[in-house]
Amino acid sequence: MKPADAPYREISLYEVRRKIYPRAVHGWFAAWRWALVWATQLVFYGGPWLTWNDRQAVLFDIAHRKFYIFGLVFWPQDIVYLAVLLIVSALSLFLFTAVAGRLWCGYACPQTVYTEIFLWIERVIEGDRNARMRLDRERNSARKIARKGAKHAAWLAVALWTGITFVGYFTPIRELVTSAPGATEAFWALFYGFATYGNAGWMREQVCKYMCPYARFQSAMFDRDTLIISYDAARGEPRGKAGKGDCVDCGICVQVCPTGIDIRNGLQYECIGCAACIDGCDRVMEKVGRPKKLIRYSKGRVLRPRVLVYSAILLAIGAAMAASLYLRVPLKVDVIRDRAAIAREVEGGLIENVYRLQIMNTTEQARAFDITASGLPGIHVWGENITGIPAAETRMVPVRVRVDGATPAGSHPIEFTVRALGVAGVEVREPAVFIVR
Amino acid sequence: MSEFISGFWDVYIAVLTVISIVACGVFLRSQSVRKAGPVETTGHKWDGDLAEYNNPLPRWWSWLFYLTIAFSLAYLVLYPGLGSWKGTLGWSQVTQLKEEQELAEKQYGPLYRKFASADVHALMKDPEALAIGQKLFLNNCAQCHASDGAGSRGFPNLTAGAWQWGGDANAIKATIAEGRNGVMPPFGTALGREEVKNVAQYVRSLSGLTADSIRVAMGREVFLRTCVACHGAEGKGNVALGAPNLTDKNWLHGSAEPIVIETISQGRSSQMPAHKTVLDEARIHLLAAYVLSLSK
Repeated sequence: MKPADAPYREISLYEVRRKIYPRAVHGWFAAWRWALVWATQLVFYGGPWLTWNDRQAVLFDIAHRKFYIFGLVFWPQDIVYLAVLLIVSALSLFLFTAVAGRLWCGYACPQTVYTEIFLWIERVIEGDRNARMRLDRERNSARKIARKGAKHAAWLAVALWTGITFVGYFTPIRELVTSAPGATEAFWALFYGFATYGNAGWMREQVCKYMCPYARFQSAMFDRDTLIISYDAARGEPRGKAGKGDCVDCGICVQVCPTGIDIRNGLQYECIGCAACIDGCDRVMEKVGRPKKLIRYSKGRVLRPRVLVYSAILLAIGAAMAASLYLRVPLKVDVIRDRAAIAREVEGGLIENVYRLQIMNTTEQARAFDITASGLPGIHVWGENITGIPAAETRMVPVRVRVDGATPAGSHPIEFTVRALGVAGVEVREPAVFIVR
Repeated sequence: MSEFISGFWDVYIAVLTVISIVACGVFLRSQSVRKAGPVETTGHKWDGDLAEYNNPLPRWWSWLFYLTIAFSLAYLVLYPGLGSWKGTLGWSQVTQLKEEQELAEKQYGPLYRKFASADVHALMKDPEALAIGQKLFLNNCAQCHASDGAGSRGFPNLTAGAWQWGGDANAIKATIAEGRNGVMPPFGTALGREEVKNVAQYVRSLSGLTADSIRVAMGREVFLRTCVACHGAEGKGNVALGAPNLTDKNWLHGSAEPIVIETISQGRSSQMPAHKTVLDEARIHLLAAYVLSLSK
């Protein structure tokens, strides 16, 4: 320990980034990652081009506050489904992490997926790890500038298309690509494109190491049974040509690592669980004729209380959401009492109150609705009580309700029933107040 | 404001603002430059041997602060903020409101104007025009005339086809645009209690309500002497004066005898506010069509 009065020296806490050149890797886990790159990106890039009911199948129309997902149309009042969706996503993440560690990070996270795509472009244009390192050390030349330029052009093209696709979920993508985009659309396409280019091309593992909150809090979901990628030190050491262990110290596991760590040092916070080192090591083991799985996923119990609890909660919420979506009535009603005109006496001594019913037809078909009232003697809707509402529109419908003249003074609870004609089960009941003075 | 506050305060605030900004810059500079010699500590020791370096701010961090200073200076040049300085952009809340209103008019104006050349009676059969008219009505008229247009006590029923100020399209447009002042003078002192009661009985009889025949006969004489000027000899009213027709079954304030007596003895004064300041001609045109469609 340093004496308390010793002079202090300054220590820089800033870690200067060391550029990482991940080496190409092939194998079982790399194939899985590519499968997920294809799956997620087919959905992402393809999604906006699907058509349903003569409109874009998946469209979040913010200007008109309608959110279309295939046959479902969500209105702002359905925000609870978004909340539940986020809860389901978070719980799924907890579950995957508890079972298999950073499964999301290693295979499906957009940061991983786009980095994989950008690395592939980089490899096609500049070559693999050694060629790239050589190119970076070279002096500037026409060849180097051409290579680098081609790479960035390709990256920017992918990034821009990603940005346009992203905006295509909010503004119909066919309009976006056929006509000049508005300022807002252009800004978000460029912004999202720039973020893709910056994160997948330049930032890469720094996003995971320094920016991602999920990477920081997931250790709370780890336990001794969580699958992690680990090096079998008992079998591998002592390493090297002279050593008796299986590890030949070829360094492939370090070269393929996208975060630049050495897995042989044990579990580290930088490890995103991509299993590139497993694929790399297995190939080497195969070549030198030793058993595979020197680096492998650790074995753990899958069925354990934590996993069962996460699964049970996830299942319950998922089932509740599915049931609620299935039972959802595509009709919303708000009742607004006229405030100034409280009650009036009309012919026959009946008492009349006036309401505005805001009827929202959340389907994509025009429908006719029948309005009835109940809850007081002789209560009835006077005048036209059938109203037609076009597809996905809201109408204010003034409604006169009359009751018996003998109804005592005061306010009485009543109930409106709005029912779609010719469609079973589309019915909403809404409470209101009838005032007699 | 300048009538109440002397120009001194403008200068005072401007000087304070500038001094504060400059002081921030000077302070920031003093904190971001490393002093020669070994790094100092903050001087406090924790747990016997823990001390904290007093290093300058990280460079990117101080640059963010410098950026805020640059921003504030640019802001104070472009926008009002420095005393009475108006800013080179000429921005104010009033000009912004005007711009937004113009934008809204540009966006929604055509929606209304496309109906402006059509005849009101044609619009009464156009569901799209009526749907827009209804929205205008619910936003501007329903507070008094009720959502269904049938009004309430003191606020005319627009669905009965009884028009106090005339029921043709132009009269209705004039009512909406210019407003109306309906005044029934008080006759309580001029006529006395008995005569008022007689007139009330007569007025009720005009629309077939039960009345005492002797009082009706006496009331008729008073009516022909006093009320005839506005309501006419037959009590059919006069749209030029806004005098209601007393022979229909439409009662603005109520048909019960005490209410009619109150109307005659104390008079009535009611006002329809002018809407030309809130609604333009095209909107009033659509509203007139909707209002007329209510009494069909």
